[in-house]
Amino acid sequence: MAKKPVSSEVKTPIVLEAKEITKQFPGVLANDSVDFDLRKGEIHALLGENGAGKSTLMNLIYGLHHPDKGEIIVNGKTVAIHSPNDSIAAGIGMVHQHFMLIPVFTVAENVMLGDEITKRGSLDRATVAARINEISKQYGLDVDPNAIVGDLPVGLQQRVEIVKTLYRNAEIVILDEPTAVLTPQEAEDLFRIMRDLTGRGVSIIFITHKLKEVLAVADRITVMRAGRVVNTVVPAETNEAQLANMMVGRQVILTVEKKDHAASGDILKVDGLSVRDQRGLETVHNVSFTVRGGEVLGIAGVQGNGQTELSEALTGLREPHGGNVFIDGQDLTSKPPRIITAAGLAHIPEDRQRHGLVMSYTVADNMALCDYYRPPFSNRGVIQQKALDENARKLISAFDVRTPSPFVNAGKLSGGNQQKVIVARELSRSNVKLVIANQPTRGLDVGSIEYIHSEIIKMRDRGVAVLLISAELDEIMALSDRIAVMYRGQIVAIVETKKTTREQLGLWMAGAHAETA
Amino acid sequence: MQSEKQSNSLTRQILQSVSDASLVPFLAILTAVVVGGVIIKLVGGDPILAYRGLIQGSFGSTKALSETAVWATPYIFAGLAVALAFKGGLFNIGAEGQLAVGAVASSLVGYALPEWLGYDLPIVIHLPLAIIFGVLMGGIWASIVGALKAYTGGHEVINTIMMNYIALNTTSFLLNGVMKDRSPTNVIARTPLIADSARIPPIFDGLRVHWGFVLALLVAFLIWWLLNKTTLGFQIRTVGLNPDAAKYAGINVKRIIILTMALSGMLAGMAGTIEVTGLNYRHELGFSIGYGYDAIAIALLGKSHPLGVVLAAFLFAAMRNGATRMQFLTQMPVDLISMIQAFILLFVAADAIVRYIYRIKAKGERVVLTRGWGG
Ligand SMILES: Nc1ncnc2c1ncn2[C@@H]1O[C@H](COP(=O)(O)OP(=O)(O)OP(=O)(O)O)[C@@H](O)[C@H]1O
Ligand SMILES: [Mg+2]
Repeated sequence: MAKKPVSSEVKTPIVLEAKEITKQFPGVLANDSVDFDLRKGEIHALLGENGAGKSTLMNLIYGLHHPDKGEIIVNGKTVAIHSPNDSIAAGIGMVHQHFMLIPVFTVAENVMLGDEITKRGSLDRATVAARINEISKQYGLDVDPNAIVGDLPVGLQQRVEIVKTLYRNAEIVILDEPTAVLTPQEAEDLFRIMRDLTGRGVSIIFITHKLKEVLAVADRITVMRAGRVVNTVVPAETNEAQLANMMVGRQVILTVEKKDHAASGDILKVDGLSVRDQRGLETVHNVSFTVRGGEVLGIAGVQGNGQTELSEALTGLREPHGGNVFIDGQDLTSKPPRIITAAGLAHIPEDRQRHGLVMSYTVADNMALCDYYRPPFSNRGVIQQKALDENARKLISAFDVRTPSPFVNAGKLSGGNQQKVIVARELSRSNVKLVIANQPTRGLDVGSIEYIHSEIIKMRDRGVAVLLISAELDEIMALSDRIAVMYRGQIVAIVETKKTTREQLGLWMAGAHAETA
Repeated sequence: MQSEKQSNSLTRQILQSVSDASLVPFLAILTAVVVGGVIIKLVGGDPILAYRGLIQGSFGSTKALSETAVWATPYIFAGLAVALAFKGGLFNIGAEGQLAVGAVASSLVGYALPEWLGYDLPIVIHLPLAIIFGVLMGGIWASIVGALKAYTGGHEVINTIMMNYIALNTTSFLLNGVMKDRSPTNVIARTPLIADSARIPPIFDGLRVHWGFVLALLVAFLIWWLLNKTTLGFQIRTVGLNPDAAKYAGINVKRIIILTMALSGMLAGMAGTIEVTGLNYRHELGFSIGYGYDAIAIALLGKSHPLGVVLAAFLFAAMRNGATRMQFLTQMPVDLISMIQAFILLFVAADAIVRYIYRIKAKGERVVLTRGWGG
């Protein structure tokens, strides 16, 4: 991680101030008299547990929700923000936790959306493209105005979002968990861009759960908990442990405690598996490995090297076109998810909103999403609502899901708590022999990560086989007994965690396998 | 802003969600009635008198009430058909055609079966057979579209429209040909009368409202129960809301799509059947013109909720039924009713208009256009 520039001692003027902001949602006081300020040219990080109210505060500033109380002051003047149009006019831009782009449109079309320039009644794409190129050059944000957004990798899509805010002359840019889905390289690029922007007088609010990032790039750090601001500190005077402590209100163990554990026989056996993606390109080539009961096999690799297709093929979401998959000796190649689940799979999917949840179902219904058809949740085809609710109450308290009640729609939970609903559902199933966890802690706060990690280790200690796919090398190293490195659709190395180093793994992930493995 | 402050009590929340769901349709109706009134005034009529006529004509007497229920019966079935498909994420524009094949099948069983067997059947056998055949035909007809969607990805909107053409033209061919009423005085395209044993009896002597109306209410309840209380309903709704998650959850998405279409078609077929067995006692070309399309409006107005569908079906039935009385009192053309119905639909579909007029804040989730970081 790059060193952050020495922050200047002179205090720049305050460009944005939120005063005593209060916001009540049904059942949750999401913001409780929050004070927050942002200085010109600074990166102000906002930290806090899942559901602490960070996105809510930003949505209030951006005009997507309206505060019950409090005022927002931009450049010394109180502004009334009724909708994003008002905040855009006040020079505020926001890149959301979930993208707001139209995938079939080009970059230029997306950027001008809502602010279209026309020439004799038709869209003036050329002028927009020129503006985009200008912005790209000025801030080092390389994007092709004519590319279709849906074809771009996430890192670039995010850049489009940033360009979109700059195109509207934003001087205050809000980034809500921008690094959650970026590769380490993409994250580095983003930090460079962020510094470029602040160097030109743009001020940035940066939300993240990654303490290392915060310490590396922020000028100031504000920590929120349960809708209130706990404290504002500067990186030089704090450290990871202290920040974690402030966020969760208790001591957090940042390292995973893991005892040696004897692995038993093979549970998952993958033999010569090849998989194509939706464009028909083979993205997994002839992959073979095994995971034994009582061990965690981590799959390390830069995102987009076939991990998604591999896990989809293993869980029945995608049909492989070659090779075999066995779970506990049973051939489950190309079998549908229901049968694989019945054979003992628990699957934490990569994309929680697409596969893991039905956003407009209640938490209770989501917690029975895969088991609704079995007793006690159903009896001769009739859903037993009582059993569903009871199950939800049990899981909500066991897994500490922050929700006002089991009957709230999953879409109303904060991102991290949505993930906990899935983890709770999957790990609590009774016959689990194999856990496939794809990015299980993406977007989670340190406390929740600690919890989910300990649950995964608990599964392993109970003799369950765990396949962990993660873009976080730290997570892979902390949890895995063995690590497989995936590069361009192949497993280029499998090693015992104890016998390797971060650097070695990094080399393999970058494709330096031919010499070493 | 203060209005968003709410108590935490669960009952309040439930009540809130019920009123949230019905608020927009209610205001849409109100607005459409006002707009209709203004139009009546503009063309020189008396809005109060016109609406009084409408209400008298639809609710003013036992006979009027009975006729409203008669109109409502097929509307409820067809509205449920479209609503059920909506719940499963499918847009069934084909109710019109499914209704026609249902009507043809049940009238065939109704008039031809005794002839073909050579003896009369008791009502307990003949009537259920006539109904079942109509329902099944509607179901089969629609499930073809479901199968096309599931296995080829062919869009159900296009395919149901195509199937409508096939259904309506085939019906016309049959009613002008082999199924035509051969009685010497007949010149129009219609089947012979069905046997007495295939007829649904009226509820009261002297009124046209028949037991099919009660059946419609029962079926509406049944559909509500199916959707909300059974595993099949859970599957249908899950596929409708998020097919990816449905697949992940182990649901056979293709099967559910076909099944949803089949059930939807069965309900539409029932709408045709009930008109044959309960009201007209024969199938006549063109009796149902527009039921299948009104059904879409009814499902939308009822927010695809079975109770909402029943209420919306009543509203549409009352308006259709009361229109004649209105015309009689004020010389306002019956077409005015279609216009008001169109306005209602417009305001429901483009609910932003209603929200703007009455300053209601949009509730619910923001539209997420693309899925990005899963935070
Ligand atoms: N539209 C909404 N309706 C009801 N409750 C909501 C809504 N949006 C957020 N909440 C609730 O407000 C609280 C704060 O949520 P918010 O999204 O601000 O958390 P966050 O700090 O961004 O968390 P995360 O790190 O998980 O993204 C949560 O308890 C959430 O359930
Ligand atoms: Mg958030």
